[in-house]
Amino acid sequence: MHIVCPFCGERSVAEFSYEGDATVERPALDASTEDWCAAVYDRVNPRGPHAEYWQHSFGCRAWLRVERDTLTHRISGVRLAGRHAGTAGPAGQGA
Amino acid sequence: MSGYRLGSGGALVDRDVPLSFTFDGKSLRGYSGDTVASALLASGIRVVGRSFKYHRPRGIFSCGPEEPNALLTIGEGGRAEPNARATTAELHDRLVAVSQNRWPSLDFDVMAVNGMLSPVFTAGFYYKTFMGPTRGAWHVYEHFIRRAAGMGAASGKPDPDRYEKSHMFCDVLVVGAGAAGLSAALAAARSGARVVLMDENAHPGGWLQATTGRINGLPALEWARATVAALRAFPNAVVMSRTTVYGYYDQNQLGAVERVTDHLSEKPAHLPRHRHWTIRATEVVLATGAIEQPVLVDGNDVPGVMLAGAVSRYAVGYGVAAGRRPVFFGGNDGVWEAALACADAGIAVAAVVDPRAQPPHDLAAACEAAGITARAGSAVVRIAGSKAVSAVEIAKVDAGGRITGQTETLAADICATSAGWMPAVHLHSQAGSRPVFDDERGIFLPGEPRERWRSAGACQGIFGLAACLADGESAGLAAAEAAGFTGEKAQVPATDDSREPAQPLHLRAVDSPRGDKAKIFIDQQHDVTAGDVILAHREGFRSVEHLKRYTTLGMATDQGKTSNVAGLSMMAALRGDSIAAVGTTTFRAPYTPVALGALGGREAGRHIRPLRRTPMHDWHVGNRAEMMPAGAWERPRVYYLPGETLEQAYVREARMVRQSVGIVDVSTLGKIDVQGPDAAAFLDRVYTNMFSTLAVGKARYGLMLRDDGMLFDDGTSWRLSETRYLMTTTTANAGPVMQWLEFLLATEWPDLKVHLTSVTDVWAGMALAGPNSRKVLERVAEGIDVSGEGLPHLGVREGVIAGRPGMVARLSFSGELAYEVYVPARFGLETWEALLEAGREFDIIPYGLEALGTLRIEKGHVAGAELDGRTTAADLGLGGLLSKKKDFIGKQMVSREGLVDASRLKLVGLVSREEQGIRIGSQIVRSSSRESPGPSIGHVTSNAYSPALGKYIALALVERGSEMHGQAVYAADPVRGRHVSVDVRDAHFFDPDGSRMHV
Repeated sequence: MHIVCPFCGERSVAEFSYEGDATVERPALDASTEDWCAAVYDRVNPRGPHAEYWQHSFGCRAWLRVERDTLTHRISGVRLAGRHAGTAGPAGQGA
Repeated sequence: MSGYRLGSGGALVDRDVPLSFTFDGKSLRGYSGDTVASALLASGIRVVGRSFKYHRPRGIFSCGPEEPNALLTIGEGGRAEPNARATTAELHDRLVAVSQNRWPSLDFDVMAVNGMLSPVFTAGFYYKTFMGPTRGAWHVYEHFIRRAAGMGAASGKPDPDRYEKSHMFCDVLVVGAGAAGLSAALAAARSGARVVLMDENAHPGGWLQATTGRINGLPALEWARATVAALRAFPNAVVMSRTTVYGYYDQNQLGAVERVTDHLSEKPAHLPRHRHWTIRATEVVLATGAIEQPVLVDGNDVPGVMLAGAVSRYAVGYGVAAGRRPVFFGGNDGVWEAALACADAGIAVAAVVDPRAQPPHDLAAACEAAGITARAGSAVVRIAGSKAVSAVEIAKVDAGGRITGQTETLAADICATSAGWMPAVHLHSQAGSRPVFDDERGIFLPGEPRERWRSAGACQGIFGLAACLADGESAGLAAAEAAGFTGEKAQVPATDDSREPAQPLHLRAVDSPRGDKAKIFIDQQHDVTAGDVILAHREGFRSVEHLKRYTTLGMATDQGKTSNVAGLSMMAALRGDSIAAVGTTTFRAPYTPVALGALGGREAGRHIRPLRRTPMHDWHVGNRAEMMPAGAWERPRVYYLPGETLEQAYVREARMVRQSVGIVDVSTLGKIDVQGPDAAAFLDRVYTNMFSTLAVGKARYGLMLRDDGMLFDDGTSWRLSETRYLMTTTTANAGPVMQWLEFLLATEWPDLKVHLTSVTDVWAGMALAGPNSRKVLERVAEGIDVSGEGLPHLGVREGVIAGRPGMVARLSFSGELAYEVYVPARFGLETWEALLEAGREFDIIPYGLEALGTLRIEKGHVAGAELDGRTTAADLGLGGLLSKKKDFIGKQMVSREGLVDASRLKLVGLVSREEQGIRIGSQIVRSSSRESPGPSIGHVTSNAYSPALGKYIALALVERGSEMHGQAVYAADPVRGRHVSVDVRDAHFFDPDGSRMHV
């Protein structure tokens, strides 16, 4: 599998680490225990399109939000996660 | 040489280069170019192994990677490789091959008694016998069963060979160098595309090795060799033989293994045994060919029952007669062609048996001319013999394989069968395309591509030499064009292969005159019989996935290459369904077995991962330190004095620290430079306790929790300025903490203005501990007041140490007056030596991890063994560090019911009441009985001999531990035979009020 890092370009998956489900909404620190339980434990485990966090650990260390199909492994989009969300980064478009 | 080597022929072998080898100690001869299988057949060896479950004698079945039976241990010592296929292993001089799964000998195997018990050992036997109410019996019989049912054994010795991993990029990868693959590679190469052609065999040609046909006027094999030479002349083409493309992964990434030295009798030191290739191909042409399938006949596992094509391939390719009186049987023209090729090579073919009522006239006429008996509308219905085929019974059958006439017996030593050729769609399937069954032709075809591949030749059901050459040409051209190159159509090579094959009859099984007593093996490697499939059907395991798992059909090392189709066609018949409806199981990588060494490459032994060394590493090694792994690092365990035991060494070191002063290398601690206007707010959120109130020039111990409220990590953070902290983490969690903090800043709190830099490697760290530590520090610190008032407990100062810029923090892990000294890594060694020099008059000693651990255990300080991912702050008596004044990660989760349960395991101290240690991992029990220790109420996490107490002590996590102080319990270690009486107490064994560090 290859991921197009917005900073570094197309790189082997070996440079990245999978860091979990990007569709999980993390509650505020003072949210209820129930909300936190849901965020920590509830996962949908979809068969098909999914959003995941990947970190370019052995590259620029950017956190990415990767749209990946869990059935075909096809990647339909990569963008910076969080703070830079919505920006594609210097290397241009996603996969 | 025995009489099985033909007088002439054998384009693959070089009769001028004889080789010697041994099989089960017996000295045999072969030629260069032989496989072990062809050399064994040429030597008249028929039985080459015993079967997996029933220990039945088995012979060579095929002539390629699909071989289910001829698995041998090849090589000696550390190079002995079990389960090597004799049919693909190339012969070399002095090769040593040994048969498997027999005792005491191949000829007489006592375990063959399992065969008489075969009604007992049917499908599901293990589950039914050992997983039900009689489950306990497994423990009694496991050893026996594992010994009895098995194959080759690993040598148990270190692998003396080296393996390499490499990467390759190309425009067009062609898999398989048969007629279609060669033709495709040539077409693609002409376009200028970077072409790589890989083939698993030593020689190119694939099926051309067995054919007597001609291409462009040349014998087929010579054409193959000429084509490879032509390809090699292209600067943009690479041809790799002995290279199996075993896996097709996402985005056109493929895995291949090149066998570099397996075929050499002397292994050159500069070459790896195998080279693993990771290939990124823009386009792939799969020309993987087809695998011949057998017809299921009563007695089909007797040595001498073979695939028809294999028999002709041994004759044409290797000049070897698999037998002297072969009978060929099957409902397709290939069977006749194989028989004719054998006759042409000088073998006295006994008969051709074809279930079709009217086989092609031309082939029948050719057979008649060659003096071969032909039987149309008939089948071989039983094969007789025990250690070799002695005769076959032939009878008239209908199209469904039911016997309609009298049987006749024919003497034969080989029964060569063929139910036709099944496209090798393994790689296609791995690439995500389920095979599609073509009912009319009775074969699986590749599904719709999801990756960028196309097929060529037999793997997509195109058979016949001329058709494969043409198909390869157009596939190669199309692949090059899809990769952005422009090619031109070229003349397809001419062949003398003009006849159209007649309609085959897809007969996969025939009835036996013995009826239910027939012994028909479907999966020979796993000893799965037709009866097992019937049983699976009767018991409801009717889907192919259930069939596979219940009977283990197709789960052996050959992955059912010659048995899956027969098995699922039988299940289809039992269900009254078509094969298309029954479907096939998923093909998974690897196509053929891959040595783990090839996947590991150079990342083995000490190179399994990068080793990290501190700036003082060489000093430690040069000063009698025993080094031990600590995460990615190596750290000193103890520094031995001559004649010391491990315990004597660390006890001396720990005692010297409490008496005078010691120094320990702490460079491995994780260090993160946290900077920015929001650094204080950030630390308040990630630590359970408050850091924004920390004064500049002070350090504080902090706890981090995971989202679920469990302890994650601990360490001190030092406030260097209003906007800058130096955070330290445990050695093991340096990476995970950094990643966690990066995640939070990137995704969760993008509004916080904080920047993180990992500075673990930037600073060399050393801790001075002991009552004389201040006196040592005074001698080297310049411009830093290290007096009790000038540098109070938890104070941090920057300044000059031994002439170099650095930092000093007054922190104590040992409970003594202690300082951590940090200098830039490049000054680490000289600062270390300067501190030792300054401490000489106080008899300063370096100490290692054992003494460091002893000192912290005496103080009841927790470390990685207690922060095991299952403990909360309250479990370890650190609940007071959870701030009530602010929010932090994990705060809402620590109050969950299960995390505040009164019966949770709590940290306690243990003191041995005996003159022996308390081992880590011992279970805490109440019973004094070594034999029946009763239920566990906790476990030991850390242990030491305490020089301060003069006793063996330990830290443990015990149910309701805080209520158990003063009670006597036992640390039970039944596996290592210890049962130690211990007293439970508070974990702060030594100087509980901390008076020694506040001086």
